[in-house]
Amino acid sequence: MSSYSELIKSFEKTRAYMREFYVYGFKNRGEYQTKSSRSYDDERRRIESWLGDHMSFVRTREGKNVFISIDSRSIRHNPFFKAWKAKSFTDGDITLHFILFDILHSVEDRYTLTEIIELIDGKYLCGFEEPMEFDESTVRKKLKEYCDIGVIDRVKEGKKVYYHRTESPDISGIDEVLHYYSEVAPCGVIGSFLLDKFEVKNEPFSFKHHYITGTLDSGVLASLFTAMREKRVCTVSNLSRRRDLPRRNRIVPLRVFISAQNGRQHLLAYLPDYNHFQSYRVDYLSNIKLEDVTPRFDELRAELDRMQKKMWGVSIKRNKLGAEHMEHVEFTVRVEDGEDYIVKRLQREKRVGKVERIDEHNYRFTADVYDSSEMVPWIRTFICRITQMNFSNRTVENKFKEDVREMYRTYGIEEVEE
Amino acid sequence: MIFSELYSAYYNTVAAIISSILEGESSEKELQRIVSERAFGESVLSVMPALKGGKWQLLRRDMTTPIEHKPHMPLTTLQKQWLKAVAMDPRVKLFDVKMPELEGVEPLFTVEDYRIYDQYCDGDPFEDKEYIRQFRVILRAIRNGDQIRFEMTSRNGKTMFIRCHPVRLEYSVKDDKFRLVTAGWRSVSTVNLAKIRSCVRYSGERMLEGEEREKVYDTVTVKITDERNALERFMLHFAHFEKQAEKTVKNTYSVRIKYVRDDETEMLIRILSFGPLAEVTEPMQFRELVKEKLKKQKSCGLR
Repeated sequence: MSSYSELIKSFEKTRAYMREFYVYGFKNRGEYQTKSSRSYDDERRRIESWLGDHMSFVRTREGKNVFISIDSRSIRHNPFFKAWKAKSFTDGDITLHFILFDILHSVEDRYTLTEIIELIDGKYLCGFEEPMEFDESTVRKKLKEYCDIGVIDRVKEGKKVYYHRTESPDISGIDEVLHYYSEVAPCGVIGSFLLDKFEVKNEPFSFKHHYITGTLDSGVLASLFTAMREKRVCTVSNLSRRRDLPRRNRIVPLRVFISAQNGRQHLLAYLPDYNHFQSYRVDYLSNIKLEDVTPRFDELRAELDRMQKKMWGVSIKRNKLGAEHMEHVEFTVRVEDGEDYIVKRLQREKRVGKVERIDEHNYRFTADVYDSSEMVPWIRTFICRITQMNFSNRTVENKFKEDVREMYRTYGIEEVEE
Repeated sequence: MIFSELYSAYYNTVAAIISSILEGESSEKELQRIVSERAFGESVLSVMPALKGGKWQLLRRDMTTPIEHKPHMPLTTLQKQWLKAVAMDPRVKLFDVKMPELEGVEPLFTVEDYRIYDQYCDGDPFEDKEYIRQFRVILRAIRNGDQIRFEMTSRNGKTMFIRCHPVRLEYSVKDDKFRLVTAGWRSVSTVNLAKIRSCVRYSGERMLEGEEREKVYDTVTVKITDERNALERFMLHFAHFEKQAEKTVKNTYSVRIKYVRDDETEMLIRILSFGPLAEVTEPMQFRELVKEKLKKQKSCGLR
């Protein structure tokens, strides 16, 4: 039986647990049915070790519920970054790492594999009672790994191959830039890795409406961005909430759609096998494998640009033959004197829609979109002033009105005269 | 690959320990302090024992190290690619710094690769010269602990002359705006950066430092009926608040959310956006706000 460690080999399981603890937080140990109790206990203990005070628990009749509770407005750094800094390694990995970079201390230090091995044994490990042994294959493999990630380079001179560290750009003085972008840019955890290089850093920013949970998907996002940059097809595992097991999909990733208001990130992609555009929840994606370059990438992205003008959120309704289903949405709101802020709200939040003044106190919003149901939550924020509605999708309109009536009943205001 | 031991808290901690020893500081207490500060809650149980016990052969028994130089690692390609992406963002001009030259490095992403689709469209003018100048003045003042003075127009149209300690800049991705959070200014503690005019460093008499005004929090309890995936949507939507959820009866959950009192109106419309699936149960005063909205809606004659 392996003993507990606060470090982890794979991020996937932790990604799922942290999300559960953070987003939901009402489940007790017994409700994590798909995982073993031991696995649950270890994950909980690890996350507690990384996040400390941000972990809380309550006792309910069903048992102890563990959850992560963070007011992201009151913190300067995303605490979830810590999970990305918990990768496990072997005793040999860490020993070799520090020795290699000490040997290759400056860009000018160049050594062959044989020279490096001699130095490791003769200079670094000889002072230990039972010195580790690194054979040629292990050191070569480690050097190759470091060449692949860009921290070491190899040059061939005649028959000899020399290794040296790569040149590094000067990042002194950009700590404030890193602080800001590590929290607001995609894959911001990479900025946090860079910030870790600073002994003293200024942290002048804080963040409102800050969805910190997205960082758990940074690994997936980085792979998707790479696929887009290299214009590649890729296969992904997609775990739908309607299915227990993930399904493999072959897709062309086109753009990541990030919500600043609901905490979700979606990938808009093209499915070449079905001639279909589809959105995927990024937090449901895993196991991204990059495949061939597609010559159609630019054309598909241009098509997405065109379609974006009809998207309220992330939904596209377009069949295999390219025929699009469009829906018209129209509603009118009443704006009283001194409520100019409502007009401003409509203007700044209208996205692909149009706002027009129809008389002194009434403004009409219109839009033609693929999916009018995506607009419903936003339209509800104008409850108290909606005077008219006209949806081409009557089902959505009727549901909206039924929902409002349901709210009247829930809050007991039936007696109000219409 | 983002998930790599090269970026790990343990590697950073060991680097700091070796640096400390090379600087002549090798007391157990100091090294344990480094572990506590840089690694995780239980790392004290593993890092020093692994180093002292020879599992990681970087520290000899006499607490010296065979490593000769303070450890530092070049940037990985991934780090350079991310930096390149940041350097291409228009907002980077807000900072009075020279971003590293990264010739031949491809950005990890560009503005074409992602879209924040529900961001408000009246964000701050990040490329306006005067906005950039003021941003830099404020940032420098925060860094140096200086005071600033500026003008702004109050809600009733009057010009106000402000002198204050800038504490931090709060950015909202939803609003795409910066707000300046201040101390030592009695009437207001937070102001939209775009509303500030003629901002300069103030070198006159120092005011009492003062603390940033403490936020006043309220709590709202919402009953969620888990239909149409409402629970997941609600919990994600409010994920950035301190909150606590509890299953009450089948398919029904109670969620308590702590929010800053100044944001009550925003909270109200965000809860309203969930329609009948999110019912405010407490406090009564908040429930009354919802009822008020609904009463007004009923008077709108929508059929």
